[in-house]
Amino acid sequence: MTDTRPTAAAQAAAVAGTESYPRIVAALIRVTGDWALAEDCAQEALAAGLERWPHDGVPANPGGWLMTVARNRALDVLRRASVERRKLRDLAVLALTDGPDDGPGEGEDLVDDRLRLVFTCCHPALRLADRVALTLRTVLGVPTADVARALLVTEATMTRRLTRARTRIRTAGIPYRVPSGPALPERLPGVLAVLYLLFTLGHDADGEPAFADEAIRLTRLVARLMPEQPEVAALLALLLLHHSRRDARRDADGTLLTLDRQDRSRWDAAAIAEAREILAGLPDGPYAWQARIAACHATAPSTAGTDWAAVAAGYDALLRLHPSPVVALNRAVAHGHAYGPTAGLRLLAAARGDGELDGNAHAVAAEAHLTARYGDAPRAAQLFRRAAELAHGPAERRALLDRAAELVP
Amino acid sequence: MKYLMFVCTDTEPDPDTATHPDVETWVADNDANGRRLDGSVLGPADSATTVRVRGGELLVSDGPFAETKELIVGFDLLECADLDEAIEVARAHPMAYAGRLELRPLVDLPGSA
Repeated sequence: MTDTRPTAAAQAAAVAGTESYPRIVAALIRVTGDWALAEDCAQEALAAGLERWPHDGVPANPGGWLMTVARNRALDVLRRASVERRKLRDLAVLALTDGPDDGPGEGEDLVDDRLRLVFTCCHPALRLADRVALTLRTVLGVPTADVARALLVTEATMTRRLTRARTRIRTAGIPYRVPSGPALPERLPGVLAVLYLLFTLGHDADGEPAFADEAIRLTRLVARLMPEQPEVAALLALLLLHHSRRDARRDADGTLLTLDRQDRSRWDAAAIAEAREILAGLPDGPYAWQARIAACHATAPSTAGTDWAAVAAGYDALLRLHPSPVVALNRAVAHGHAYGPTAGLRLLAAARGDGELDGNAHAVAAEAHLTARYGDAPRAAQLFRRAAELAHGPAERRALLDRAAELVP
Repeated sequence: MKYLMFVCTDTEPDPDTATHPDVETWVADNDANGRRLDGSVLGPADSATTVRVRGGELLVSDGPFAETKELIVGFDLLECADLDEAIEVARAHPMAYAGRLELRPLVDLPGSA
C-alpha cells in the first residue's frame, strides 16, 4: 500500500496504534520486565508512525512496523544501560514471534501477552483506583493527562500514582501471568469489575465518552481471548446494551434523559442485535442476568410496553446470585413497574433497611419516581430536589431538578 | 522471591466461621514443598526488648517499639515464585482465618545474590 494522502496515513496510524498498542506494550514488558520503558517505546513508535507515514506511505503491515520501531528503541535504551545479553537477544527476536496474528510461541507464551497485561494491571494487590488507572494507561494507551482528568486528580499526581503502581508490581512480586486452575475464577470477577468501571467512566453523565468505546474494545478482546469464560461475553453484551443508548441519552441541550423519555429509534439497533446474539447461548451468571435485564429494556417499544415482569424476575435472580444494596434498589424499581408503586416502595424500604443506601442519590430518585406514580406530587417533588442535592454531577442534578419542577411548577 | 510473612492477631478480631486449617499440617506441607524456609512463634510483646543508640549512647528499654493492638505473634520466611504463590501459601494458614497475615518481600541488595 502506498497511500500518501496525509489524512489517510494519519488515520491508518491511529487504527494501527489502537490495535497494536497493547500488544507492543505487553510484549516489551514480558521481555524487558520494565513497564515504563515498554510504554515509552510504544508511544514513541506511534509518534514515529504519525510523523513518517504521511510522507513515506503506510507500510503493508503497520502493526509489525510499529512493533519493530518500538523494539529497536527499547534495544537502544537497554544497550546504553548495558543490560544483560539474554534480555537483548530475547528482544531482538521479538518482531519474529509477535506478528499481527500471533503464532503460538513456546510453552506458557501460548497465552496472549495482552491478557497477561490485563490480569497484572487488575491484580487485587493493587488499589482499585490504581488498577483502573494502569489499565487505561498501559493497556489502552490513554495519555496520562486524560487518565488524570477522568479520575479527578492532577496530571502530576497521576504520574506519581502510576509510577508507584508500576514499582509495586515489581517490588511486591505481582506476577505477569494469567492465573490458572482455581485461581482463575477467583480473579476473573476482579478483572471484569475493572472493565465495567472503565466503561462507567465513559458512560457516566459527566464522564469521558471515549472511555466507553475503549472499555468495549478491551472487553471484546478479553472475550475473544477467553472464549471458555461466559461471564466475559455476558459483560460485553451488557456494555453493548448500555452503550446502544448513547445517542439518545441527552436532549439538544445536553440534559440527561431517563429511559422513558428517550427516542428509542436512536438506539443502536446493530449493537442491541449483537448483544442479543451473544446472550442467546450463555449460562446464568451475574453479568448474564444484568445483560438479560438490559436486553428487556433495549427491545421494548416504550417504558409502558416493557416486559416489567421479566425485568423484575431478572432482578430476583440477580439478587439471589449476587446480593447487593444496588441490586435490591433496582429490583424495587422493577417491581414498582410490574406490580405497582406500593410494591416498589415496600421493596425499596426493605432494600434501605441496612442503611447502606443512606445518602444514595439513586435510592432517593427511585423513591421520588415511585411516589410520583403513587400520586403524591408535592412529596415526589421534594424527593427529586433531595436527590439532586445528593447527585454527583451537574448533568444528573439538572435532570432531577427538572423532574421536580414538572411536578410542582 | 523471598517473603517474610508476619503472623498477626487482628485489631478487632472477627474470625471466619469456617473450620480453620491445622497449623501443623500447614508447616509440614510447606516445609516439604520447599516454600517455607524458616519460621517461629514469637514470645509475648511484654518479653520484647528495644535497643537504640542515640548520641552514641546505648538505650535499652522493655516492651515493643510501637504500642499497637495488632500483635505480631509469629513469622515465616517463604520462598515463592511470585506474590500469587505467596498468597496461596498464606491463605492456607489458620491465622488467615483468625487474624491476618502480612507478606513483605525481602529486598535483594545488589551483590548479595
